[in-house]
Order: sequence, then structure tokens, then C-alpha cells
Amino acid sequence: MTSRNLNFKHRVAVVGAGLTLFRSRLQETPQELAWLAARQALDEAGLTLKDIDCVVIGSAPDTFDGVHMKGEYLAEGAGGIHKPTVRVFVGGATGVFVPIAAWWHVASGLCKRVLAVAEEKMSHAAKPHPQYVFRYIWDPIVEKPLNPNLIWIFAMEMHRYMYKCNVKKEDIALVSVKNKRNACGHPSAQLCMPNITVDDVLKSEVLVWPVQLYDISPTSDGAAAVVLASEEEARRITDTPVWIKGIGWTLDTTHWTNRDLAFPEYVRRAAEMAYRMAGIDNPRKQIDVAEPYDPFDYKELHHMEGLGLARKCEAPVLTREGVTQRDGDLPINPSGGLLGVGNPIAAAGLMKVAEIFWQLRGEAGARQVKKPVYTGLAQAWGDLMQAGTVIVMGI
Amino acid sequence: MSGVTKPLNPRGTKYERADFPVFEFPVVGKARYNYTTGEALGRFLAGLKEGKILGTYCSKCGRVFVPPRMYCSYCFREVDGWLEVRDEGVVVTAVMSYISATRARLERPVAVGVIKLDVPGRQFDDHFFPGLMHYICGAAEEDVKSMRIFGAKVKARWKPPEQRTGSITDIECFEVVRP
Repeated sequence: MTSRNLNFKHRVAVVGAGLTLFRSRLQETPQELAWLAARQALDEAGLTLKDIDCVVIGSAPDTFDGVHMKGEYLAEGAGGIHKPTVRVFVGGATGVFVPIAAWWHVASGLCKRVLAVAEEKMSHAAKPHPQYVFRYIWDPIVEKPLNPNLIWIFAMEMHRYMYKCNVKKEDIALVSVKNKRNACGHPSAQLCMPNITVDDVLKSEVLVWPVQLYDISPTSDGAAAVVLASEEEARRITDTPVWIKGIGWTLDTTHWTNRDLAFPEYVRRAAEMAYRMAGIDNPRKQIDVAEPYDPFDYKELHHMEGLGLARKCEAPVLTREGVTQRDGDLPINPSGGLLGVGNPIAAAGLMKVAEIFWQLRGEAGARQVKKPVYTGLAQAWGDLMQAGTVIVMGI
Repeated sequence: MSGVTKPLNPRGTKYERADFPVFEFPVVGKARYNYTTGEALGRFLAGLKEGKILGTYCSKCGRVFVPPRMYCSYCFREVDGWLEVRDEGVVVTAVMSYISATRARLERPVAVGVIKLDVPGRQFDDHFFPGLMHYICGAAEEDVKSMRIFGAKVKARWKPPEQRTGSITDIECFEVVRP
């Protein structure tokens, strides 16, 4: 696979990754969490902070941690003091946007070794509930006066998808079951549920029909980090670099009531950009393992279709046939995803990139997919169903 | 391939296990926002007060914008003018909410959805259409849960004129029109 994008100077590789535990409430401060993940990523790469030229930080709304200027605040624990440091933010899509931004730092020739850190502490927004702060993403004039709950829009998207593709809730619940079971192989996981069944999902608390409690990922605290390096540096650092082959990102309009929610156009466009760069023209055949964003179970299916890993309305069929299981032909979310490992927003997206890194290096141990894997993909999504971020990695 | 499972010993202290006090900062004040409505939405809200749903249109691409914008974000030019859309349309998606904005259980669930609004003389596909989120009334729980409500004709139920304030809530809900 050769790159068709000639507008960058350096190939870029991931050479180390680190994670904290993901839990509904952790004692550590956001800075401490960022440090724990960053330190592990540096250790894995065999580097110290002195080796790092630039730092990229990602975190979702300031309102979760309850600290303003979260990038500046996290810089302390993320190794960003006295270095060119920047924070990026595209809502829930941030986690995958962090390595994308780190990529262009290196690809441009500006920095040789970059530390990329993502952190989220949802539990700080304790009262009345962490999701209440999502209130501020709605349009203040035409939406907020209706007193919306964030789950409304996802329920509307899920229902529209079910309607257009004639999908049953039982089929969607299979995703939740798969991911919460997969999570049992992940040392950071918050929701390992080895015996969960479709029936458990369908009997869980109804929040906003068709969304029930086990259709959603939990609120979480946690951090993740990766180290990126230019080709020359990467070959010095490790014998097994994982190359970033393609990146893509797109935004759609915040006016989500004006467009069809059955298909994630924002993901399709981001994927096309990444595939063009990675030289991928048949993702279903050329991607060996993928971590699409799964804060809700239907979202994994929706995103598989947006990514071209399934045809429109085909993802539920592949799931039912077992294709997406860890030992299947196209393992999807072998980490356990957000549904199983947890959803500290930006950190959860970067956890997916770390998972592809470990899967491609054969270091996922208990959750290593069965088939040999050479090319993987991670994707995140965010804002008012509008932001898509995609990264394609290969060995 | 090594026998280990990455990440190795991820760190973090579960809150319940913390053996020293945790600092909780009480709310000491609330920042309150006073949003401006802007050119387009300002006129939209004024229209609602008069019982009209107003939109803008772009003659270049043919899009009709409800909620209205003062610019066409696709052609990136100023819109060509205003039009009144019907206060009725069809349900493109609907859900049944059992929780409030604060995630408390509601005593009675409410139906909400997206309504694709009718514009005289114009047709829109599913990819871009004038549409609003609002409450849906006159539908049974089962109509929503079974998706029978999809495609149903609905019409705005307005508050009495003297109670309208120039808000999206001047429309109480979109009511299912029985044939």
C-alpha cells in the first residue's frame, strides 16, 4: 500500500501507548491521570520527556472536568511545559483527532517525536448527573427551551436507522453483548460482563426509547496517550513501529434536524479522505481489524456502514453472523469498545488507537484477534452527530 | 508475539477505595447566559409569536432553511429571502423519553421527534429538508415504539396568541392529524 498523498514530508509511526484504568470515578486529578497515561506511553517507547519535541492534548468540553482552559491545565501532567503544546477539540471525535493532529506535527517536519495525550473526568460534573452538562451543546434558541436530554438525539438517530434499515433491537443489542464480553480481556475495563445476554440488554432500564441502559456506554474517568515519531526516529526507537497510513476528518452542520440521520455522512467523508491517503479502495477486504466508535451499540453498526466496512443496512447482518467477533473475519471493537472498556470521552477515542497499535503488534494478549492483522482502523464521532475522525494504521 | 496483555497494569485509584478525604467543591454561583437571537433566528422567533413558521431560501441551490440562516452555508452567500412554511409536516423520526434533562425519571413519558415541514410548491428528499425538533402529541406510546408514527402527518398546536413570547415553545407540540 503506498500513499497517494504526496503533500507531506515524513512518514509517521506510533511507537508507544499508555492507558490508565477506566472507572466511573477515579481518585486522581485530571492532571494526574494525564501523567499516568503519558508516563506509560513514554516507558513503552523507551523514551523520556527530554526526547519529546511537541505535545498534543485532547479533551472534550471543559464542563466535564470543571476546569476552564483544560488544555493549559492538563499540559502540566501531559509533559507540555516549555514545549510547543496545543489542545485540540472536536467533541466526542477528539480522541482520534489527537493522533491526527500529532501526525501533522511530525509529517510536516516540524517535530520528530510527539507525545499525544487525551483525558476526561466526567465524574467531576456530579450534580445532577454528568450528562447534564451536555445541555450546552444544544442550540440555545430553538432547542434548549424544549428542555432536551442528550439521549434524545441518539434515540432519534437510532430509531431512524432502525426504520430505514428495518433493524430489530435484538440485533442491535448483540453489539452491546459482544463488546461488554470482549472487555473482559482488557486490563483497564470498567464494564466487563462475561455473562451478559441480549435479554439483559432488552430488559435494562428504558431511558429514551429505543435506547435502554445497556445500549449506552457508562460515564467514566480515564486517560490515554501515544507517542508518534518520524520514520527515521521510529526505526531507531523500535523494531515494530506501527505506521499511520491515512487520516481523515470532517464536520457536518449542527443543524441536525435538516438531514437524514440514517446514514453517517460525516464518517463516510472522513473515511474517504483517510482511504485515499492509505491507498485503500476496498475497506471490507483491506482493513483487518477495526475500532469504530461505539458510545451506543447502534453506533458501531452505523459507523461500520459509514466506514464502508459494511454496505448500507448490512452491519446488523454481519454482526448476527459472527463476522465482527474477535475470532471472526472482520473483528470489530476487540478491545471491548466504549460499551465495555468505558467512555472517558477523549481518552476513549485514543484508547481505540492504542488498541489498534497493540493488535497490529500482536500485544493484545487475552484479546488478540485470531486472524493475522496488518491493517487496522480507529474512528471516533462527536458533537451534534456531525464530526467524524478516522485513522488507518498498518505494519 | 508476547504472552502479556497490553496495557500492562494500568493505574488509577477507584474512588471507593480512596483512603483519604475527597475534595468536593460546592456550587457557589451560577453563570447565566443571555443569548442574542441573531438576524435570522430573531425574525424566526418574531414569526412564531404571530403563529407563523418562517424560513429562508437560497435560489442558487434551492435549499430552504428552517431553522432559518441569514447565509447559505453550502453556496456561502447571503440567502435570497424569506418564506412562510406550513405549520404542518411529517414525522421523520420520533422517540419516547422516560427521563428528564437531569436524567430523573418522568412521571409520564413524552414523545419528541423531528418534523419535516411542508413548503408549498416544493419537494425535499431525505438528505436536506426544512425541519424542527419538537414534542409530538396525540400519539400513543405504542405508536412511537412500533415506529408507526414515522411518516405520520402532524400539525403545530399553538399557544393562544396572548401567551406567546417569541419562543420555540410558542408551539406546544406537533399534533398527529387523524385522517
